[in-house]
Amino acid sequence: MSSNPSMVKKWLDPEAKPFLEFRGVTKSFDGIPAVRDVNLAIYQNELFCLLGGSGSGKTTLLRILAGFESPTEGSVWIDGVDITNVPAYERPVNMMFQSYALFPHMSVFDNVAYGLKRDGLPKSEIAVRVSELLELVRLSAFANRKPDQLSGGQRQRVALARALAKRPKVLLLDEPLGALDKNLREDTQLELIKIQESLGMTFIVVTHDQEEAMTLATRIGVMDEGYLVQTDEPHTIYEYPNSAYVADFIGDINLFECVVTDNEAGELSLYASQLDTAIELDGPVTGAVNQTLWYAVRPEKMRLTRDPSDAVNALKGVVHEIAYLGDFSVYWVDLDCGPRVRVSRPNISRLDDFAEAWGEEVWITWDGSAGVVLSQ
Amino acid sequence: MRVVRRLNTLRRDWLSWIPTVWLGVFFLIPFLVVLKISLSEATIAMPPYLPIFEWIEGSLLEIRLDFGNYLFLIDDPLYGAAYVESVRIALTATIITLLIGYPMAYVIATAREPRRTLLLLLVILPFWTSFLLRVYAWIAILKTNGLLNGLLMSLGVISEPLVILQTDVAVYIGIAYTYLPFMVLPLYASLSKLDRTLLEAAEDLGATPWISFLTVTLPLTLPGVVAGSLLVFVPAIGEFVIPALLGGNDTLMIGKVLWNEFFANRDWPIASAVAIMMLFVIVGPLMWLNRMNAQHEEANS
Repeated sequence: MSSNPSMVKKWLDPEAKPFLEFRGVTKSFDGIPAVRDVNLAIYQNELFCLLGGSGSGKTTLLRILAGFESPTEGSVWIDGVDITNVPAYERPVNMMFQSYALFPHMSVFDNVAYGLKRDGLPKSEIAVRVSELLELVRLSAFANRKPDQLSGGQRQRVALARALAKRPKVLLLDEPLGALDKNLREDTQLELIKIQESLGMTFIVVTHDQEEAMTLATRIGVMDEGYLVQTDEPHTIYEYPNSAYVADFIGDINLFECVVTDNEAGELSLYASQLDTAIELDGPVTGAVNQTLWYAVRPEKMRLTRDPSDAVNALKGVVHEIAYLGDFSVYWVDLDCGPRVRVSRPNISRLDDFAEAWGEEVWITWDGSAGVVLSQ
Repeated sequence: MRVVRRLNTLRRDWLSWIPTVWLGVFFLIPFLVVLKISLSEATIAMPPYLPIFEWIEGSLLEIRLDFGNYLFLIDDPLYGAAYVESVRIALTATIITLLIGYPMAYVIATAREPRRTLLLLLVILPFWTSFLLRVYAWIAILKTNGLLNGLLMSLGVISEPLVILQTDVAVYIGIAYTYLPFMVLPLYASLSKLDRTLLEAAEDLGATPWISFLTVTLPLTLPGVVAGSLLVFVPAIGEFVIPALLGGNDTLMIGKVLWNEFFANRDWPIASAVAIMMLFVIVGPLMWLNRMNAQHEEANS
């Protein structure tokens, strides 16, 4: 979701000044790198998602920003100031912890007030601010409860209110919705976006859930083995992944190895050895003759048909398995030339004529613009 | 199902009987014996007190309870002063032990393995040597021409030897040294249970390390502080060996008074009365703390 229609895409503007920057940040634990040479610029009012599997370094990167880890190499900048050596308690960022980390011996009120008390605000002002925040997260009635008297969703909201209390320039959220069940999660995602827009803060969210990242983010940074492998808008990440890893990590994809057979005036001709066929492409792709590339097509961009006569790309195969998922079905088709591909098909009508096509001979077709060519 | 449940309750009952029987045999019966002696009259005989129960003319049971021993304790200011002194010395020593023990426990709890195990072992290690020997060793360290004075004088820190031995300070040192493990272990247990992300949360919200210690670490490890302090305070009140060896003649502790009554004066009834009173001095604050704790727990749940 490009969450805020009024938001200018500052990352497209070469003149725009980034609000937050990682410059060549590397972090090693006992010689083993967790984050490797990350360069990243994040702009004001962004809701940036760091996405990656476990051990990809996304949480370490967040902790470096919060000040709990200091980078082995590189520097971190906020609003033009180098904060690499500023202790966590002096940084203008606040964090919402994955485990919430609510103080068990304090009431909800005192938890939210904790940061404000550290700032030495007068009691009356603290009381006003805390009640505003509790209202924002709809917990006004629970001010005197202790954390262990709250449900998981309520604790999550207390943690959010506490992190927002000091009106930080940047709010860091570590797997903020991880512990919630699916329905609550979806509601909370929308609520988070609303809060972020109304407060005009910069949010950085760490998540392993690609759907969550797609829903929340203005931009997504995909991490793998400590490297930031791609940083783009959700749409770009999905439709134009820059590597086989990203293509496979975000959504499902069919990958085929290809060889460049001809490169005439920038028009590539590809031959997929696995499919034993030439691939028709729309649009420009760069590559040298004889170079090996990956050709990737998303399952929903392939079609299932019995009559391939006017298709650009068409291959014959046998339906191996069908998974009915309600809104759409996934078909695994064994192609005659060998590989098994995945095709998804929306269930537009209740009586789909491919619903019971197990073992049936079918054709897979796709447009020239459906696939992307990846060099790594 | 029912049979199984019954068996389970039976087994539970049986298990709960073990400490009950233990306490009965080794605490309640000796306590009653001491209570009996404390209410009897002293005499020069063996044993040195008159019986409480006596059959007269074969059918009349005479019970003679002598509360004079307790009245004597209240009457003679020596005993009251000894109780107050014992509590004062034990309390001071407990606070000193806490101030030394807390940072130690903190360092151990935050150390990485295998250093953590090693440090824990070092805390317990002195128990391998006899307690008496270790207290004697302190005499050699603290005396006027002892190790400590020798070291400080050769370093030029002091020109005159410090008089530490046979003062209250030596008693504090002795108690703090002897009981330190009893303070460190419960503190270590509650510190190592502490969730480190809570400290990160405090730091993230702007608390300096000192403030986050005061507002998060200390309140959450209070049960360990209470447990450790009691484990030091309670035995320190009745401590005899340490004040006898390290303290001066004017160090008045109830353990010493008791010893004097029992062995020097051979007045068993008075000695018993002192012991019973001491028990109440200890049990009183214990029960109060227990109630405070229970109320605290209740307020938390």
